[in-house]
Amino acid sequence: MVALPTLTPQIALGVAALLVLIVDTVSPDTKRPVAIAGTALAGALAALGSAAFFLASGTGQPQTGGALSEFGNTLVVDGTSLLFTVIVAAVTALVALGSYDYVKDRHHIATYYSMTLLAATGMSVMASANSLAAVFVALELASLPSYVLVSYLKTNRGSVEAGLKYLIVGALSSAVFAFGASLVYAATGSLLLPEIQAALGSVPSANVGLLGVGVLMLIGGFAYKTASVPFHFWAPEAYEGAPAPVSAFLSSASKAAGFVIAFRTLTTAFPLETVIPMGIDWTVVLAALALVTMTLGNFAAATQEEVKRMLAYSSVGHAGYVLIGLAALGGEADGLVLGASMMHLLVYGFMNTGAFLFVALAEHWGIGRTFEDYNGLATRAPLACAAMTVFLFSLAGLPVGAGFASKYLLLMGATNAGHVWLAVALLVNSALSLYYYSRVVKAMWIEDPAGDFGIESRPVGLYAAVMAAAVVTVLLLVAFNPVSETAIGAAQALL
Amino acid sequence: MSWVVEALLLGTLLSAFIVMLAPDEKAGKLAFLLTLPQLAGSLLMWLAFDGSGNALVGDGNLAFETMVPWISVGDIYQIQWHVGVDGISLPLVVLTTFLTTLAVLAAWTPINKRQSQFYGLMLLMEASLIGVFTSLDFFLWFVFWEFVLVPMYFLIGVWGGPNRKYAAIKFFVYTNVASLVMFIGFVALLFALPVQTFDLPVIAQSLLDGQLGSFYGLAPSTLKLAAFVAMFAGFAVKVPIVPFHTWLPDAHVEAPTPVSIMLAGVLLKMGTYALLRFNFTMLPDIAAANAEIIAVFAVVSVIYGAMLALAQRDLKRIVAYSSVSSMGYVILGLVAYTEYGMGGATFQMISHGLISGLMFMSVGVIYNVAHTRMVGDLSGVADKMPVTCAVFVAAAFGYMGLPLMSGFAGEFFVFVGSFGSETLAAAPLFTGAAMFGIVIVAGYLLLAMQRVIFGPFRADTEHEIHPAATHDVVPLVALVLVVIALGVAPDLFFTMIRDAVNPVLDAAATVGGGA
Repeated sequence: MVALPTLTPQIALGVAALLVLIVDTVSPDTKRPVAIAGTALAGALAALGSAAFFLASGTGQPQTGGALSEFGNTLVVDGTSLLFTVIVAAVTALVALGSYDYVKDRHHIATYYSMTLLAATGMSVMASANSLAAVFVALELASLPSYVLVSYLKTNRGSVEAGLKYLIVGALSSAVFAFGASLVYAATGSLLLPEIQAALGSVPSANVGLLGVGVLMLIGGFAYKTASVPFHFWAPEAYEGAPAPVSAFLSSASKAAGFVIAFRTLTTAFPLETVIPMGIDWTVVLAALALVTMTLGNFAAATQEEVKRMLAYSSVGHAGYVLIGLAALGGEADGLVLGASMMHLLVYGFMNTGAFLFVALAEHWGIGRTFEDYNGLATRAPLACAAMTVFLFSLAGLPVGAGFASKYLLLMGATNAGHVWLAVALLVNSALSLYYYSRVVKAMWIEDPAGDFGIESRPVGLYAAVMAAAVVTVLLLVAFNPVSETAIGAAQALL
Repeated sequence: MSWVVEALLLGTLLSAFIVMLAPDEKAGKLAFLLTLPQLAGSLLMWLAFDGSGNALVGDGNLAFETMVPWISVGDIYQIQWHVGVDGISLPLVVLTTFLTTLAVLAAWTPINKRQSQFYGLMLLMEASLIGVFTSLDFFLWFVFWEFVLVPMYFLIGVWGGPNRKYAAIKFFVYTNVASLVMFIGFVALLFALPVQTFDLPVIAQSLLDGQLGSFYGLAPSTLKLAAFVAMFAGFAVKVPIVPFHTWLPDAHVEAPTPVSIMLAGVLLKMGTYALLRFNFTMLPDIAAANAEIIAVFAVVSVIYGAMLALAQRDLKRIVAYSSVSSMGYVILGLVAYTEYGMGGATFQMISHGLISGLMFMSVGVIYNVAHTRMVGDLSGVADKMPVTCAVFVAAAFGYMGLPLMSGFAGEFFVFVGSFGSETLAAAPLFTGAAMFGIVIVAGYLLLAMQRVIFGPFRADTEHEIHPAATHDVVPLVALVLVVIALGVAPDLFFTMIRDAVNPVLDAAATVGGGA
């Protein structure tokens, strides 16, 4: 049997991005949207399938000899990279499926799909990046197409404005990240994460401050990509202005990719047992960021009047939950907290993507943006509304979906690590989040419709994507064992 | 037969989805048919029950037990699929399936929109209630416990009365916050124990063996007290105990009749069941040390709940507040730590489930016809609806504790048990005060009956009062028969309840709790 290249998922996404452009030029006009969407979906599924296959067969994991490295160790393939590639590829597949109905009647379909796939390629490379240079290149590969995607509706002021804001904040935080990387390079003489770690011991004490500032700036770069405080304010604007499938893509896949570089960089290059004696305890910063991010995200979400904006702020809140995985490291439950964060990102990839795709469905039907506009929607589209209910309750942490399990384990992990206050903050925020998530549920099911929605079509692609996300969200709760074993295994290998 | 619990859960879940996809006009009948296998299954469990002792403590045998690994969390935790029943949980499972079947029947008349969703949610709720009473792993139990909120929220919110939106959100937020408070308390205990499992029997045993360490700077004794208070407050909302009862009347008044039946009949029992399983079984020393305080809560619930009921004009509100009062007896029985006290409390859970279900059902039938429930609007209804009114009278007497009805057995056991309690100081005083509650109960029920049911016929309503439909009367009569059967032969359930309660008392006595 010919072994697959270790970077098969990344290659599949990249090739599909280019194939989309070829299909665009050769396929006849009438079939072009289907052909392009089909190519994109096939590419995403191929990446998903190969990454899942690698995970299942133990590629790059301890039982087959540990991480595999490529390109002079600038890229690695291990449990973590494969898990996050699965997340990115799954979200890409859902978005590719759900976008079809959204973009089929617009111009530049091929651009849309190839940009999505290129961004996904960048994100999956981020999952593997093992050098600050590779991280930066992958980050840019993921970001540049995202700017284009956000402003895809180029005659829509909101979309263009969102794209511009995203670009400016993105450029700023890329610069911050690059500066941080250069400071780390100045202090340690390397960009490769393992070599940085090896060089930490020989950093002269005069340069420790330099290194500390470098780490802080790197964290700033991560905060941007994960939509965490203090670089979160682009997120509500971008998610609200962007086409809803793009919001789904960015808030799920892009966030996960941002977290994987944070996980890998901080744990590999700056392990706590080495940096804490040097006075660079990044868990303190991250614990503060986690608390502020989740609280701010949830309180802001609670005051919104528009569903998409509420979801955008709630996405900031969830970034705060996931940050616990880093903030609570250095205790006695490192594998569990970091693993639980990874589980939450995986589950979030489905429930949040599904929720945004439902918003895409509502936009497709021409239903307004506010909570009131959703009043009585369940009388006309009960199946889709049931799926949305599953997403929202799962996001809130009720046991209708796997969001319950991942939050539960995150909580156990944080408490086990001795960060009880973070666990309590998570609980309080979850309780608060139920309030605003249930407002949407209430609007859909309990309020009476103001009039006819004028729903004429049942877009197959969007429905299929929403339903698939809902089914996976529910089934993951029942079959959570593979998720938890994989994530904890990946986290333990990383530490 | 160890698969029977799984079969019951899976069957109910599947039925729920089938009903949800069925056309509206067929959903009611289909749902009724689909509840019958669950009812038969639970009765079969009762007949074939071969368990002994308590599920959490002592060395009893669980009936229909399954324990398989479910989710492994690194090498730190193992979450199990652990279900099984003992003499305490089995009667509650039977109560759940029986009341669901009757509630579905009672829904045929009043529910006339979005039927398939309604019946689907009822079955979904049945499934999660069965799960609450059978699961023995904390994670699994908490999944079901929280999930109950979801169907209930919709059932009140969509099919409720004029103020349904407020009532639904109040119920939802209130009980969810309570769950989180309880959760914090339990998790704090868990982390101070040297066990790495969520298995409730293991946790209970470890606590009783005094293996509790300190957590976050709290000494074991302080931690125990704090956890007890958090869990007690959390469960007290569900029960509800005064002063945590304010969500209940809103929820009841707005909820449609079948939902009220489930709410009063089964959902409130989740609270007392959890109190018994967690607080009173796992932390008997704290419960015993603070028995008088808890008993004060119980007696206040009894008296204050009854007084509130006395002040109402709406028949449904009367029944709703009387539930607060009846749940007070359960708490008093539990805190007595005697065989009859704790056993009687468990029996009272079943009995109250049946009788309050019966009350709500008969009030609902009257409302279906008259479209009003106000005491002043109706008089002499017995002339027009003889069977329904006869049932209402029977239910009211059951509530007051007429001998040969299950209410008498339940309350009698509780009073016998609490009177002789050695854990509770001044036990006769507390018992006497609680018994006085019955006088008030008799007061408001007799008053309501006198004005609504008897006397000359008069109805301030535009609707003609006519006898109820057969499918409304059948569940009423069935319930009355069961209430009488349990009153005549309480041992149908009481033997297994006693058997399951005794290990708790033994364990309590060992740790210096139960005197």
